[in-house]
Amino acid sequence: MVMRLLAIQGSWNYETLIGTGIGYSMEPALRLLPGGKNGTAYREALGRQSQYFNAHPYLAAIAIGALARAELDGESPTQIERYRRALCSPLGSLGDRLVWASWLPFCSLVALAFFALGAGPLLTVAGFLLLYNVGHLWLRLWGLRVGWRDGLRVAPALGNPVLRSGPLGIGRAAAAVGGLVLPFIFLRIADPGGAWAGLAGPHRFALGVGLVGVALAALLLIRLQGRIEGWKAGLIALSLLALFSSLRS
Amino acid sequence: MTGIDALVIVLVGAVVGFDTVSFPQAMLARPIVAATLGGAIAGSALLGVLCGAILECFALETLPVGASRYPEWGSASVVGGAILADAPSANAGALIVAVLVALGGAWLGGWSMVELRSHNARRARRQHDAVARGEWKVIRGLHVAGLISDLLRGAALTAVILAISLPLRDAALRSWPHSFANTALMVAITAVAVAASAVWKHFSAVPLARPIMVAALVAGLALSFII
Repeated sequence: MVMRLLAIQGSWNYETLIGTGIGYSMEPALRLLPGGKNGTAYREALGRQSQYFNAHPYLAAIAIGALARAELDGESPTQIERYRRALCSPLGSLGDRLVWASWLPFCSLVALAFFALGAGPLLTVAGFLLLYNVGHLWLRLWGLRVGWRDGLRVAPALGNPVLRSGPLGIGRAAAAVGGLVLPFIFLRIADPGGAWAGLAGPHRFALGVGLVGVALAALLLIRLQGRIEGWKAGLIALSLLALFSSLRS
Repeated sequence: MTGIDALVIVLVGAVVGFDTVSFPQAMLARPIVAATLGGAIAGSALLGVLCGAILECFALETLPVGASRYPEWGSASVVGGAILADAPSANAGALIVAVLVALGGAWLGGWSMVELRSHNARRARRQHDAVARGEWKVIRGLHVAGLISDLLRGAALTAVILAISLPLRDAALRSWPHSFANTALMVAITAVAVAASAVWKHFSAVPLARPIMVAALVAGLALSFII
């Protein structure tokens, strides 16, 4: 089940979202139902669990554990379906806030800090993957365990301090790391030491002007929030620069 | 770049594209990982990680939230890292093409994911009744077909981006007028501005996050000038 859980989004689609993935991941547990793989209970439960479902992929582990337990405990289909629907929203919003909006940007900024402070490629990449996946795998395994343990009484587990307060603490830590390392990232990419090519990098005055440019461009992107995404604006700006430079050369 | 190198890049691009959503979402698809892998294959993990860090600054802004549309960074970043590392020495033309191709490729990758999801939805709709009856073979078939399709999507996407980027890179090697230092400076300004605005916007709802960021930024600026 744990391996299948890692592939829960394999058939992600706009019809059932991760519904098929829920059924696919839960199937080994459903074989324990009376009659086994050829039994009516197995087919009915599998059909029920493979319908529309939406949640954060890591926290979907809680749903899989809880719903598998409910099926094996013989809870009524109506109650299971009602609970299944009720789980979607909290598992989606808690996971998005904790993982996508906090943990991932934090780990990404830590990786950029490694890079900016001169760590080699191996340390930068391994450090990032290790840090991110400790949290990632812990969340999946914890979710499966508490879901399996508590069944339809899993709701209190959603009040876990990590899920509730984690985004605040991680968000503040990410803001601190981000603020601290942004100048170093700039300097490392702009390469004052010429480490990348053994070439002379831009002198300090150019770097100072560059930092002012960063500040102005960042303020512009903040002002444009909701109208254009920063990475698209960056793509357009660099494309125009490339086009202009090519035409002039 | 030899044919074998290109083949390995396509395979790695497929794997990291697959990691984005399907399996195992271990963030192999983040630019800082994927571009470093691409650079290592092409001969310089150091240039790969440079490209990866630049792209990671852009990627900081995009959150891979469920049904939203977001760029697929993995496959494009592998190509970006590889074409920068494959250039003779660190070259300014290769740098600008690597970054542009990876950003454009990520956009294309995002579109390909939407298409795949629509395709998966059509398949799921056709099999709706069999799924509701709990037919395991159908459910497994839908899921495995989705997984295989995503792997193939990543491979095809990487191959297309690589095929487009090599001639562009070669043209830039001949004609890009700016030095490596100036090109890196322009790219750094763009990338770090996107990263700074992303951090500012992401944590707007977190109490105290913005004052903390400003204080840390002042400290970072002071330290960077001292060091």
